[in-house]
Amino acid sequence: MAQIAKMVAQRMALGLFTLFVISLIIFLAVEFLPGDFAQAVLGQSATPQNVAAFRHELGLDQPAYIRYFTWLGDILHGDLGRSFASQRPIDTLIAGRVYNTLFLAAYAAIIAVPTALTFGILAALYRNSVFDRLVNIAALTAVSSPEFLAAYILIFIFAVHLGWFPPIARITEHTSFMDRLEILFLPAVTLTLVTMAHMMRMTRAAIINLMASPYIEMARLKGLRRGRIILRHALPNALAPIINVVAINLAYLIVGVVVVEVVFAYPGLGQLLVDSVSKRDMPVVQIACLIFAVTYILLNLLADIGSILSNPRLRHPK
Amino acid sequence: MKPIQTLRKTRKVFRTAPPTAWFGMTVILIVLIAGLFAPIVAPYGETEIVGAPGLTIGGHFLFGTDQIGRDILSRVIFGARNTVGIAFITTILAFSLGLVTGLLAAVLGRWADQLLSRIVDILMAIPSLIFALLILTMTGTSIVNMVLVIAVLESTRVYRLTRAVGMNVGVLDFVEVAKLRGEGLWWIIRHEMLPNIATPLAAEFGLRFCFVFLFISALSFLGLGIQPPTADWGSMVRENATLISFGLPTPLVPAAAIALLTVSVNFVVDWFLYQTSGLKD
Repeated sequence: MAQIAKMVAQRMALGLFTLFVISLIIFLAVEFLPGDFAQAVLGQSATPQNVAAFRHELGLDQPAYIRYFTWLGDILHGDLGRSFASQRPIDTLIAGRVYNTLFLAAYAAIIAVPTALTFGILAALYRNSVFDRLVNIAALTAVSSPEFLAAYILIFIFAVHLGWFPPIARITEHTSFMDRLEILFLPAVTLTLVTMAHMMRMTRAAIINLMASPYIEMARLKGLRRGRIILRHALPNALAPIINVVAINLAYLIVGVVVVEVVFAYPGLGQLLVDSVSKRDMPVVQIACLIFAVTYILLNLLADIGSILSNPRLRHPK
Repeated sequence: MKPIQTLRKTRKVFRTAPPTAWFGMTVILIVLIAGLFAPIVAPYGETEIVGAPGLTIGGHFLFGTDQIGRDILSRVIFGARNTVGIAFITTILAFSLGLVTGLLAAVLGRWADQLLSRIVDILMAIPSLIFALLILTMTGTSIVNMVLVIAVLESTRVYRLTRAVGMNVGVLDFVEVAKLRGEGLWWIIRHEMLPNIATPLAAEFGLRFCFVFLFISALSFLGLGIQPPTADWGSMVRENATLISFGLPTPLVPAAAIALLTVSVNFVVDWFLYQTSGLKD
């Protein structure tokens, strides 16, 4: 057990260090803005006093390392700063949006993970059959397509022609849970399509890889059915790579969400990020990037720890 | 091997190519011709307004017209020149950067390897799209900025691969011998290393092109890449998105073009890997 604890602790320390470096880079982004930022925000007509006051308000007159710790400290205390474009506090801008984005990502994950595992196991079970080949070609196509192609095909068929779902995911705080599920069905399916392929292929590969090992051959010689061999003998040992790829794809989901939110005009964090990039609203971009980066790093960390914990060789050291 | 034998072998390889590879090569060839000879092939000009806006597919204009009445087919053909051209240049930049740094890390080792690898670790620790959006806020959005940002971010993957395969080759006897002969660093890289790692790198180039191409399309679709009125597949989807609510499939045409080219390159790379991996016999 001590060995596992040590490995997990090492990964967590590495994860924390990565978080630190990334936060530093995101902070430094504002330093590299060309010209004097205060001047740019206030415009050409601002008096030097105004500019100086604004610089003081932003803390631009202090050295960078002090500003970094103030910035980080404020964020950890929940003070996210103000948007340059609208001058509104960022926490009110993003409050509902973070929830919306997480809701969509979770919804997509709940559809994608079980479907991908089922298809992956079936493809491994009926390896080299027509079913397997079709699933493989479909997966390759899905991986190669941009997110918006899947989104617009779904909108074209299910929203415009059949009218089953709304083409635009317009949502307010008062939208009920069931309505959300209906409105977000197409965005969630889009995300499922783009993330499922990789998970499915990895599940298939992990299981096929194991099927060649001697103990599986033994099980087969005992006369067990193929379904039982895969579910009871192969699957537990394939868990480590599968957990890994699931977590990595959930992390990818967080990114895929950006494009999908723009397609469906869904009021989430991704759409805010894209809008803020075109307005060059640096404080909002920093916070949004930080949230995405932290989520991504944490999910990857989870993947690492999950695959350590699910490795039977580490759980039962000799 | 005599030239005639090489020719025969090449012919045999092509004759045994699976349908997916033929499909891929055909699509790539069509895109190449469309891109190179766009002004000759396209029925109308890149930004020429030729009819009423939002005409449907299959009328006088094969793919209809866009939101202000330009011919979609012509714009898709010019898009083959703009989008694919820019993606190709970006891939070459990303590839050269990753190749040179990867080989340096593999040959020099020690601190050079440590330094480069840690930088790459950081660049790969968060998603490329998020990184790109952060940097584009800093620099402002323009084609040059986008090309440079994507080239740097995608070069990290090339670096990883080059370093890994380079290290495997770098410890082999003939490299050791060349070092003892007193050959210079670049001579060793060019004459001993590159020929031995060319195959995985060639496949990597194809895959990298796909990622770069999708990345550029995504940024252009978000309005942060190639800007209108330049015909570009990603921004065409964005411009025509509203037409879909009138029941027109117009934005699907450029989006499908993106997918078609990416799938085709993937098919060809798959076949190439299969041919060179020794799995074939």
